[in-house]
Amino acid sequence: MRKSRPNHLAGFGSLVWLLVVGLPLYVMLVATFQSRPDYAANGPLAFPEHFTLDNYVNDLNSGFAQYFLNTVIVTVCVVGIVVLLVPPLAYTIVRSRGRATTTVFRLFLLGLAIPSQAVIVPMFFVISEAGLYDNLIGVILPTAAFAMPVCALILTGVMRDITPDLYEAMTVDGASPRRVFFQLVLPLSRSGVSTIVVFSALQAWNGFLFPLVLTQSVETKVITLGLYDFQTERGVDTPGLLAAVVLSMLPILIVYLFARRALVQGLMGVGGK
Amino acid sequence: MTRNAPPPADSGAVRSAGSSGSGSSGAGRPGFLWAVPAAVFFGLFAIVPLIMVAVLSFASWDGLSDPEFTGLDNWRTLLDDPVMIKSLWLSVLLTVLGVAVQTPLSILLGVWAAGHQRNRAVLSAIYFVPLLLSIAAVSVLWRAVLDPNLGVPAHATWLFGDGNLFGTQATAIGVLVFVSTWQFTPLHTLIYQGAARAVPPVLYQAAQIDGAGRVRQFFHITLPQLRNSIITSVILMVVGGLTTFDTVLILTQGGPGSDTTISAYYMYQKAFKSFDYGAASAIALLLVLVSTVISLIVVRLSGYDKMRSTMEGL
Repeated sequence: MRKSRPNHLAGFGSLVWLLVVGLPLYVMLVATFQSRPDYAANGPLAFPEHFTLDNYVNDLNSGFAQYFLNTVIVTVCVVGIVVLLVPPLAYTIVRSRGRATTTVFRLFLLGLAIPSQAVIVPMFFVISEAGLYDNLIGVILPTAAFAMPVCALILTGVMRDITPDLYEAMTVDGASPRRVFFQLVLPLSRSGVSTIVVFSALQAWNGFLFPLVLTQSVETKVITLGLYDFQTERGVDTPGLLAAVVLSMLPILIVYLFARRALVQGLMGVGGK
Repeated sequence: MTRNAPPPADSGAVRSAGSSGSGSSGAGRPGFLWAVPAAVFFGLFAIVPLIMVAVLSFASWDGLSDPEFTGLDNWRTLLDDPVMIKSLWLSVLLTVLGVAVQTPLSILLGVWAAGHQRNRAVLSAIYFVPLLLSIAAVSVLWRAVLDPNLGVPAHATWLFGDGNLFGTQATAIGVLVFVSTWQFTPLHTLIYQGAARAVPPVLYQAAQIDGAGRVRQFFHITLPQLRNSIITSVILMVVGGLTTFDTVLILTQGGPGSDTTISAYYMYQKAFKSFDYGAASAIALLLVLVSTVISLIVVRLSGYDKMRSTMEGL
């Protein structure tokens, strides 16, 4: 009775889903390694006859190297802001007993419910008034702000698991809140911090609406916007377009290989708790 | 002390915050000042725009002259606007279809992935990939794969008819629901996987002794035990569905005609194509109200705002 018989139906279903997930990824990859005429002639499912890397080279030469760099800048800055601001916030939420802190926490919980679409009109004017329209800083600031609620939620969850005894032990010795934060809280919530790093990086890298509305020139274009423009302007060049899609995915997939747990935990923090 | 200086925690604030607590553990607690930088930043770039949306929804504004207070005019106009009414129905339809397709699928996948077999772990890792990609990349990818002339439908006319999935309302909606499902099923699968693993094994052992088969175990043990996760997951789908924007912009541009113009996309058109910022703000406010109500329900159900009572009474 201990070992149940294998579930063939579930096994079959899992392979069907693998096909659904894998098919477009396969089409994407094989398309990028062939020329446009070959792709048009052989169809999306055929394996490339004449292997070529031209699509990638052309994309990088026609602006995607710049877009890639812009996206890296946005991502690094967003992560920097989040990592600087959220840990002290989470520490306060977990440890402070002030009424104001509770209010702030509720404000961030409310923030979970604000979709970025909803504030895009005033954001356009706030950023324009601040002179940051078509400037990467104008993309970075709102992107970081909208990553904060989830990050705060994740990190308070982690910090709450630090047992009160440890705080007691330090405060009995007369440690200041600052010392408690740096010597106890931060070291013990390393996993949470790496989760919010990965999560906010993902938000920044994949962000689309803020760049769409808040930038316009080639110098400030991020990679998601580059994909959209490529599609609307030169969408018939499917291999070139899909090579750009692959370029946009590459860094995330590499991070996924190395930091899968932090990422999955972050996503669980959103929905699972 | 090697990192950047934290916000200064002045001792007065610490003491007053601490002394309101009980007894010995009051000392050494951070003051409110520690939360100020994050609160100010978030307030400036999320709460202030939100308040502006609410104000603008009662004003007429083209973005050039000063906004003019017009009371409920925007709301009245929107309620008389057939495209707006249609967009609300389409938002609801897309959301309901999304929930109806994704929920059974992600429950099955989640329960399946909860098993600890090695092949399941490997496949789950692959299933997860679509969730990592940007909505923009996924939409561009599917648009290319489903292209009427160069994509898969052109080579599988036995399945897709004339091959133009973007040509009729029914097929265009089908594409939108399918692409969202493709991308977001992993998120919900993950929720159900965690919940399925938390089901006490003793329940299954008891059921096996009673001779219950796999199907009965699923319906009488697993499914009832997943109740809370189903609520969470469905609410996430509802909020996500109501605010779908990128997918529509890239895959269908709201077409054919206005047949897939859902509210969030209509808001974008109102604001940045016809420069009617007042009406756009009214639509935005409507979206916020709906998703706030739903999120408050989540918070209540999960007990997240009552954190103090669980850990701090010690």
